[in-house]
Amino acid sequence: MPEPVEAPRLLPPATRFILQCGKDARDAAGRGFGLALPEAACRAESAGGRAALWLGPDERLLLAPAGLEDVLAGELEAALGGLPHSLVDVSHRQAALAVAGPAARELLSHGCPLDLDDAVFPVGMCTRTVLGRAEVVLWRSRPEEYHLETGRSFASYVLGWLREAEQGG
Amino acid sequence: MSAFRTASGGRVDRARRLRFTFDGRAWEGLAGDTLASALLANGVHLVGRSFKYHRPRGILTAGAEEPNALVTVRRDAARETPNLKATQVELYDGLVAESQNRWPSLGFDVGRVNDLLSPLFPAGFYYKTFMWPRSAWARLYEPVIRRAAGLGRAPEAPDPDRYAQRHAHCDVLVVGAGPAGIAAARAAADAGACVILCDEQSEPGGALLDGAPAQIDGLAAGDWLARAVAALAADPKVRMLARTTAFGYFPHNHLGLVERCTDHIAAPAADSVRERLWQVRAREVVLAAGAIEQPLVFPGNDRPGVMLAGAARSYLKRYGVRAGTRAVLVTATDAAYQAALDLHAAGVAIAAIADLRPAAAGVWVEAARRAGIEVLAGAAIGGTRGGRRVSGVTISGRTIACDLVLMSGGYAPSVHLFSQSRGRLTWSDSMRCFVPSQSAERERSAGACRGVYGLAAALADGAAAGLAAARACGFTGIERGYAVAGESATHQAPGATPPAVADRGKAFVDFQNDVTIRDLVLAAQEGFRSIEHVKRYTTVGMATDQGKTSNLNALGLVAARLGKPVPDVGHTTFRMPYTPVTFGALAGAARGELFDPVRTTPMHEVAVARGAVFEDVGQWKRARYFPRAGEDMHAAVARECLAVRNACGVFDASTLGKIAVVGPDAAEFLNRLYVNDFAGLGVGRCRYGVLLREDGFVYDDGVIARLAADRFHVTTTTGGAARVLAMMEDYRQTEWPGLAVWLTSTTEQWAVIAVQGPLARRVIEPLAAGIDLAPSALPHMAVAHGRIAGAPAMLFRVSFTGELGYEINVPAARGVAVWEAVCAAGRAHGITPYGTETMHVLRAEKGYIIVGQETDGTAVPDDVGLAWAIGRKKPDFVGKRSIERAGIRRAGRKQLVGLRTRDPKIVLEEGAQLADRPGIPAPMKPVGHVTSSYASAVLGHSIALAMIAGGRARIGQTLFVRVPGGDVEAKVTIPVFYDPEGARLHA
Amino acid sequence: MLLIPCPYCGERPEIEFSYSGQAHLVRPPRPAELSDEAWSEYLYVRDNPRGRHAERWRHLRGCGRFFNAIRDTTTDRIAVTYRMGEPPP
Repeated sequence: MPEPVEAPRLLPPATRFILQCGKDARDAAGRGFGLALPEAACRAESAGGRAALWLGPDERLLLAPAGLEDVLAGELEAALGGLPHSLVDVSHRQAALAVAGPAARELLSHGCPLDLDDAVFPVGMCTRTVLGRAEVVLWRSRPEEYHLETGRSFASYVLGWLREAEQGG
Repeated sequence: MSAFRTASGGRVDRARRLRFTFDGRAWEGLAGDTLASALLANGVHLVGRSFKYHRPRGILTAGAEEPNALVTVRRDAARETPNLKATQVELYDGLVAESQNRWPSLGFDVGRVNDLLSPLFPAGFYYKTFMWPRSAWARLYEPVIRRAAGLGRAPEAPDPDRYAQRHAHCDVLVVGAGPAGIAAARAAADAGACVILCDEQSEPGGALLDGAPAQIDGLAAGDWLARAVAALAADPKVRMLARTTAFGYFPHNHLGLVERCTDHIAAPAADSVRERLWQVRAREVVLAAGAIEQPLVFPGNDRPGVMLAGAARSYLKRYGVRAGTRAVLVTATDAAYQAALDLHAAGVAIAAIADLRPAAAGVWVEAARRAGIEVLAGAAIGGTRGGRRVSGVTISGRTIACDLVLMSGGYAPSVHLFSQSRGRLTWSDSMRCFVPSQSAERERSAGACRGVYGLAAALADGAAAGLAAARACGFTGIERGYAVAGESATHQAPGATPPAVADRGKAFVDFQNDVTIRDLVLAAQEGFRSIEHVKRYTTVGMATDQGKTSNLNALGLVAARLGKPVPDVGHTTFRMPYTPVTFGALAGAARGELFDPVRTTPMHEVAVARGAVFEDVGQWKRARYFPRAGEDMHAAVARECLAVRNACGVFDASTLGKIAVVGPDAAEFLNRLYVNDFAGLGVGRCRYGVLLREDGFVYDDGVIARLAADRFHVTTTTGGAARVLAMMEDYRQTEWPGLAVWLTSTTEQWAVIAVQGPLARRVIEPLAAGIDLAPSALPHMAVAHGRIAGAPAMLFRVSFTGELGYEINVPAARGVAVWEAVCAAGRAHGITPYGTETMHVLRAEKGYIIVGQETDGTAVPDDVGLAWAIGRKKPDFVGKRSIERAGIRRAGRKQLVGLRTRDPKIVLEEGAQLADRPGIPAPMKPVGHVTSSYASAVLGHSIALAMIAGGRARIGQTLFVRVPGGDVEAKVTIPVFYDPEGARLHA
Repeated sequence: MLLIPCPYCGERPEIEFSYSGQAHLVRPPRPAELSDEAWSEYLYVRDNPRGRHAERWRHLRGCGRFFNAIRDTTTDRIAVTYRMGEPPP
């Protein structure tokens, strides 16, 4: 197996929100966020350091650089106005990891039961799934890079698991 | 080189000699050998003792179906693998193998006495004999039986090897790389499909490895094989897995494969992967698993030197080993003649061919006779002679001296995986075996595993199956054929004949489990009619070989005995795994620290630094207590409890489940779920919530705070976090989809630092910004937003200790800093970190329940004194109708009470049973049980909570707690031991 | 391991799902009006068919949605899945 270009690694802290709402509120929130929130299942949109990930029909994960909790909450709540929604700060709930390199897909296949073939899991696809015994959000952010989000207390397990998988060729 | 090794031919490398030992004796083999072929090349036939009778056993087969030749291969103390089939162990230089189930030695085995005593061990012997007394099972029978009737032993040291796992997806998975499998893989790949081709052997080729005299597409079969394999290996759409057994076929084309990566290597690199478990999800599956030659059943058919004809041919043609010098072939089919002719050509004397068919004739019989071999048609086989090696065989009353008996009862298609996939089998009268009929999965069988025999037919069948599989995936391919020349026209193998019935001697049906004809006959006599029952009674087919060489014979025999056609008797269930799979492969990386996620709180390292002793709560590590030098748990907990009661304690409550319930209908949603009234809860206030299941039993509890008109912060028990969220989602999505409310888990968002004790306010006050801590501004069960030690915080005034208490919630990454700030601020006030054990004592002193400790899934709120929490005016909530059922309102239900032992030093056992008078002999019907029990430092005596039938009416009575050696007297009290008025809470 | 077509995410392995029992049970709107027997029927009595079974699954480790599936209990074949609130096909 070719070595991954980079070892699996933890990514720095980020600002994260879970937005749950209907279509109208989503459109409004997208305007506030500066990035249209994806309508298609299992798709992520990203630009300018921000990303919006489809997690469920009503649920989006919004990502932005660390420290923007108050700013972003203000912008989004303002954009959402009176539309029914739930916006919850989960910046600290999760930790992010990156798995990158030509062997990244194969590495993930050690513990992720999904078909990660290009035709099935193209760039820009994201979904909740499992890796080993942990739940993760798996987002193929680039052709050879996967962005993983997992519960804060699962991060060391996921990292250890990925490192073991690297050894397991 | 030994006399048994041919001068040339086969797939072994005569230039690479390998040393190995078997039972301590040194031998030599060749690269390409299996342990079995190397032993045979040295004239060693005795390789094991049988399971029950300890009879000497040799090598029956040349493959995965081997029932006899089980050995232990040892690399070092931790790397010792028992029960390997010598026929599958690839030889490497320095291999150390040992026989099993013998003592003191293979040649002289004391257990052999079992064979002499065998009339005492009929079918069902264990069931009939070891019945009484029941207690003797654990102490006597089972240990002795296990020692006597054993397989190899497992090493005791931890497995030092690495095991990996992979998920793989493909269009077409082809199982078996014989001619049919190779043709299938080729056809599917040519059509454009992504293919995985796996085979359990060290190299692909299947039957072609045994040398076929034919030509394929103008090439000698061996050359064609090499080219076909090279082409597949070079194809980027094809993944070829050698030494990889497809062991399980699970629903929806999910197959388990185990790849043996290093067991064939003399010195595997450190840290290399020993085995890899592949979980393959295939759109289409082609099974090309081949067929398994079946033994004949006659007395002494288990003697070393009695071998399946095809196996002897395989040893000759693939490994260059003559399995004997003078052989007799006993056969019921044409298929075995090739073996006799090949051995004859290689210089093995064929003393006779005993053909059991009355009218044996045809090209094969003629070919044998032309070769000068005596063919005895309509022969009757009487049995074999010999000790540790066959020395003769009796045919139709005449004894023929020999050192090798070849037998063949024809072939049985390997339908194991097909049957595991729930495909339907049908009985073929012409072939006398089961063949696949109706598939349950997107699967097709090809070649010998569906009774299509012969090289040309297998190639054609495989190619057709591969193409059909690819087409089923949406690919368009064109048919192509293979030109096969030189294959004998009659080279097809009919299936097994009914077994001969022997009257004398032991005629084995199941070699590995030592089941004889007589055992089966006895089972039929004793009234067993179902083949599944016969299997369990006699253990036929239940050994680790899964009856690959015994099921069909057993079935034929039972059918004949019952006078029924075979298909009416049916077949037993084929179960996974096809061959044994190591626990290592199944576990993969999930061992040690990766066995299960270990979840730690944001303040975990601080607790570690303070010397905390941790306990596991689900996947969480929680600090249980913080011992100081010289303290045991009791002393530490007592100190921590007193600190909280008299000054101040700090506790990490981060694992509490937390759910943000947000939306215009959030209050209505919680109102429908919880027993409490949440519509009337003011913003900034908290309420203790009780959640029932629809059946009325307490499911979870926790404090719920209203942060805004449309936003609640719900806490759950640590263990209940996931299931409460799942239950809430269920009602939200399924029952009340019209409510505008959404749920978000925030358990991990917040670090929760509980500061509890009469001095708690003084500790927090200097740290708080933007929060008024005055009791009037922040009374008990209130919440405020602000900053604590600079971190954005939610400050709850709540208590699970009965003292003035706060729970500081800050973003997780700020937890350590705030914890340390609290500790620094509290130093002057004697702040003491405490753990879950102390928390349990403190809450028990107050009679606060823990769901799952006081409750057991059958308690309604009133049982545990929580009826007060129920919103009286609510017309409905989850579980309300259930707690109004007549049975639930009946008197005499268990109720939560306190217990005080007469001797204040006695701390009762949790779970202990209670009686209303002493000395009742067991078994007694208890009136209740102890749910929680502790020594209370602040009270100076032990306390206990208990669930007791009609308990509240018994307050003041004395009950008796059953303990080993007698009863302990205890008085029933109210379940609140400390500050029953609650004055301290509201301080 | 089954392959289950989530109505939102497409085919996914069973490990991502949780099972939630029989589908199309509706919580009585006014439980107080039901007899003990009728309530027990709602609480406890379930179909146990051999063959076609309408049941609920949740794509727990996926989109989180509950949905309905028609599964054949003898073959594990899933004929169809459909969203909550949609009538059984």
